[in-house]
Amino acid sequence: MTQITVKRLWKEFENQVVLENVNLHVGDHEFVTIVGASGCGKTTFLRMLLGVESPTRGELLIDSRPLAPEPGPDRGIVFQRYALFPHLTVLDNLLLGLDLQGSRVLGRLGGLRRHEAIAKADALLEAIGLTASRNKYPAQLSGGMQQRLSIAQSVICEPKILLLDEPFGALDPGITGDMHELILKLWNTHKMTIFMVTHDLKESFQLGTRLLVFDRLRVDPQAQDRYGATITYNIPLKGRRIDYPLLEPIKEIVHATREVKMPVFFPPR
Amino acid sequence: MRRLVNRHPTKGSALFLAVLPFILLISAYLAGSNARLATNPGDKLLPSPATLAHTMHQYVFEEDERSGDILFWTDTSASLKRIVIALAISATLGVALGLTMGVIPYVRVTLTAFIAAISLIPPLALLPILFIVAGLGELAKVLLIIIGVAPIMVRDLALRVAELPPEQIIKAQTLGASTWQLMLRIVMPQLWPRLIDALRLSLGSAWLFLIAAEAIASTEGLGYRIFLVRRYLAMDVILPYVAWITLLAFTMDALLRLVRAKAFAWARPS
Repeated sequence: MTQITVKRLWKEFENQVVLENVNLHVGDHEFVTIVGASGCGKTTFLRMLLGVESPTRGELLIDSRPLAPEPGPDRGIVFQRYALFPHLTVLDNLLLGLDLQGSRVLGRLGGLRRHEAIAKADALLEAIGLTASRNKYPAQLSGGMQQRLSIAQSVICEPKILLLDEPFGALDPGITGDMHELILKLWNTHKMTIFMVTHDLKESFQLGTRLLVFDRLRVDPQAQDRYGATITYNIPLKGRRIDYPLLEPIKEIVHATREVKMPVFFPPR
Repeated sequence: MRRLVNRHPTKGSALFLAVLPFILLISAYLAGSNARLATNPGDKLLPSPATLAHTMHQYVFEEDERSGDILFWTDTSASLKRIVIALAISATLGVALGLTMGVIPYVRVTLTAFIAAISLIPPLALLPILFIVAGLGELAKVLLIIIGVAPIMVRDLALRVAELPPEQIIKAQTLGASTWQLMLRIVMPQLWPRLIDALRLSLGSAWLFLIAAEAIASTEGLGYRIFLVRRYLAMDVILPYVAWITLLAFTMDALLRLVRAKAFAWARPS
């Protein structure tokens, strides 16, 4: 059972308010989709859940305990790209989480435990349709295959929360249908809570059990960074259809372009 | 008629073209040597192929009258031993420091400026100090190469670590990696091919520092021999030695390239 509570959360950078007064409660095994215009703090919010960014004010609680201030195995992440390990084969990429958590010193399982891990990995490879590519390197896979592997790599560790940052944004539109099927299947099997940032409103309605829309309530045209964004719509989606009456205003928000600096997921060191 | 940029030689002609400059150089040498020897049979500057072969036969196959050593092989093994030891130590330092600097911010902040400063000291300016402190033995010569090569290698490898996508480092942590595991399983394996690149690039300066150290204080070694026989204008020794040093460096480079291609198939440039 995973409960996530966000209380009066603010995030400010120097001279810039990114998020203001975000409040949220997410219950167990929800699929939360997050949409909003570019530069509206979606990614920053995900970074805070991941633990690479800390709130300026307010609280972020998982099962009423504050979130660890660094990434950990309870929260998996799937980035848009670059997250597979190029020096490991498909199988080794998948085994990595089990290796790291099962063997603190060597970071590599041996003997019987390795056999068990391989059996588990093979089952997952079957589920994501990559059995034939078991011994290939990531560079030899297509974008869709890489993304499926990246998702499976996180899922095998059975995180309580899985964070997806526009995971299908860089993929061929033709294969997103398969990807949706896969992510729903894994979500149902492993019972984790998912947060997914997306630009695709249709996708967010199809997949989610709850839709969050990030937007600025107040805008000062002279100082764009003066006010931050917050959750303007928090819509439980279970059973609702895509022709939901709020769709139009949300569409407007998502497609609005605001004159703000795009946050970079990783600021230069 | 296609543009010049779109025209590629066939395999056969590519090989011929690659060999051509060497043939031209050797021909020019032979022509010059012939012309000089025709006017003065005692000329020492451009010895004939026969003289070169005769001298080298003595060096490669016959024992030196005074020491009883076969000079060519004594020199080669002395020089190779120095350069291999120095490169091995430099590579170890490079990986150990580059890895920790690249991964751990505290180490990076502490060492970056220091290593940058060290790498800017001209190593040859330190040579007298090395001879004073470490004596005239092997240690000073090996140290000179290390001082010349290691700091640049450390900086290079630290930069290579910093080039790894941050997504990888974060993802590994969400899979449960500790700092140690991150270095062991994620960063270090990706550093090996880059280490080989760094070694290949540093071969040139390593040989430079080796020859310099041997020229000044040594009793055997390829660099020592060249500078010794210079007194007698013995071009028949110097020229083959230079060619041999070049061949050794080329072979080391080729071997490293081979290891990289064979052992790190994943890192093959696509």
